[in-house]
Amino acid sequence: MIDATITDKKRNLRDAYSSALIALGRRNPDVVVLDADLALSTKTKRFGTVFPDRFFDMGIAEANMMGVAAGLAACGKIVFASTFAVFATGRSYDAIRQSIAYPELNVKIVATHAGISVGGDGASHQMLEDIALMRALPNMVVIAPADATEMEDVVPAIAEHNGPCYVRIGRADAPILFETHGMFEIGKGYVLREGSDITVIATGTMTAEALKAYDLLKKEKIDARIIHMPTIKPLDEKLVRKAAKETGRIITCEEHTVIGGLGDAVAMAIAKKPVPMIRIGVNDVFGESGEAWQLMEKYGLTAENIVKRAKELIKKS
Amino acid sequence: MHDEKLIKEIKRKALEIRKWVIESVYRAGSGHPGGSLSVADILACLYFHEMRHNPKDPKWPDRDRLVLSKGHAAPALYAALALAGYFPVEELKNLRKIGHFLQGHPCMKKVPGVDMSTGSLGHGLSVAVGMALAGKLDKKDYRVFAILGDGEVQEGQIWEAANAASHYKLDNLIAILDRNKLQIDGPTEEIMHLEPLAWRWQAFGWDVIEIDGHDIEEILGTFHEIKLNEKPTIIIANTIKGKGVSFMEGTLSFHGKPPSEEQYIRAMSELEQVERELND
Repeated sequence: MIDATITDKKRNLRDAYSSALIALGRRNPDVVVLDADLALSTKTKRFGTVFPDRFFDMGIAEANMMGVAAGLAACGKIVFASTFAVFATGRSYDAIRQSIAYPELNVKIVATHAGISVGGDGASHQMLEDIALMRALPNMVVIAPADATEMEDVVPAIAEHNGPCYVRIGRADAPILFETHGMFEIGKGYVLREGSDITVIATGTMTAEALKAYDLLKKEKIDARIIHMPTIKPLDEKLVRKAAKETGRIITCEEHTVIGGLGDAVAMAIAKKPVPMIRIGVNDVFGESGEAWQLMEKYGLTAENIVKRAKELIKKS
Repeated sequence: MHDEKLIKEIKRKALEIRKWVIESVYRAGSGHPGGSLSVADILACLYFHEMRHNPKDPKWPDRDRLVLSKGHAAPALYAALALAGYFPVEELKNLRKIGHFLQGHPCMKKVPGVDMSTGSLGHGLSVAVGMALAGKLDKKDYRVFAILGDGEVQEGQIWEAANAASHYKLDNLIAILDRNKLQIDGPTEEIMHLEPLAWRWQAFGWDVIEIDGHDIEEILGTFHEIKLNEKPTIIIANTIKGKGVSFMEGTLSFHGKPPSEEQYIRAMSELEQVERELND
């Protein structure tokens, strides 16, 4: 079991990204960073300030940025390409498919502002299909870290991995869940709370909600196992199957459409020996403007909704 | 002026490329002969004279790179690579066959000498920009060549890349536009106009040179005109789709269609006739 607690301390994952990038850049001269006119928002600009020679703003031309990233990678660079998730995956999908995933080039797409918690910008900017898009591509690793500590571990881990990676993080500050570094490994899921009545598997921003749900369920005498699944592809199928076998019920939670994301990946993993399952996510609709917390509440991405759905599942099965 | 011997040698290579285009596409039963034949002379000049490369060391870090952005001309690229010694020419007979490394469009993971996987139009120039940027970063003197189709530049991403190339002053990037004037649905100017093409590239900050893309001497001479002046260069090579096979020249129908058996025999005998004349 991994030590994880929800405290009042919050930190933005974008800040963690930029500090980890700078540390990586100091160690490795092959690290090159690209952005598409959002360097102040994604915080890659900080890398650019420290290493002006290895930072290129490609302007508002995301597909081209992905192709340029591929060309740099083909010449031995470890390329980090950042912009908002909606542009990084939707706008650039074919460039990623043709020039990065198919030739299996060493490009790390780190997308910020993923999910509905983008808030006021509304549906046009709330990317809810990025995991599905990237998961469908052969050779692509897909990661959604839960807090800033983990994000700082993700950056060197993906740099170490020779091949394409997609990392999605949100816009908002997130509670710190992990006090110490060194946990993250590509392809591994983590049991944060032991339990035998039901398993809640969460990724990204939803892991904090799952931990809160654990305490709420405990009060109702429901013993939930909480799994944090930072890597959605390749999925830690062994851990998922073990949880299915031992707890008999699974709920997945993601700030993403229920189509093609973590929920579908988990369902595939237990398809041979299925157990009753509920997928919590955005139910095949576009988002809207609002405060982040209001949207998370309205679209059921809260600890309270996890509790409600867990009770439903236990009642039915 | 290049010496006659060199020009004759490259003409011979171009002819061999053309013969292998016909042979491999005929055997494959599918493929794109028209655009492969139009670019054959350019590829011959690059691989047999202009480019710094080593078939014994395909990943040589200091090599000049070539991105065939119009990836459907793969049969011509494969023929050039095989003739240069990257793999045995006999392999060309297995183009597009299941389990074989010669994919319908270039795959860098499978084919030695292919610097970038291409096929979906509009992507290659961006990748070439990245390679040229890496060259500048590493202070290396290699050049990056990108071969574009003319219809291909209807893709918006090409212009994103064109803009980035001049913004980052990539004078180590040389694009060659195979201006054969035909795309699948018809003449480029009818389907989606490209002219004034040279002016458009100039407006994006490129040096533009226009040449006859079938005149070996002119192609070779062009490379001497390219300056290290902090500007990328594009060579607009006026070509004929299907060049070298009389009944394919300037026709739409052989964009993506293999020759029939009868057409195959006719095409090969035409090319062999030219070869005999060249050898006399």
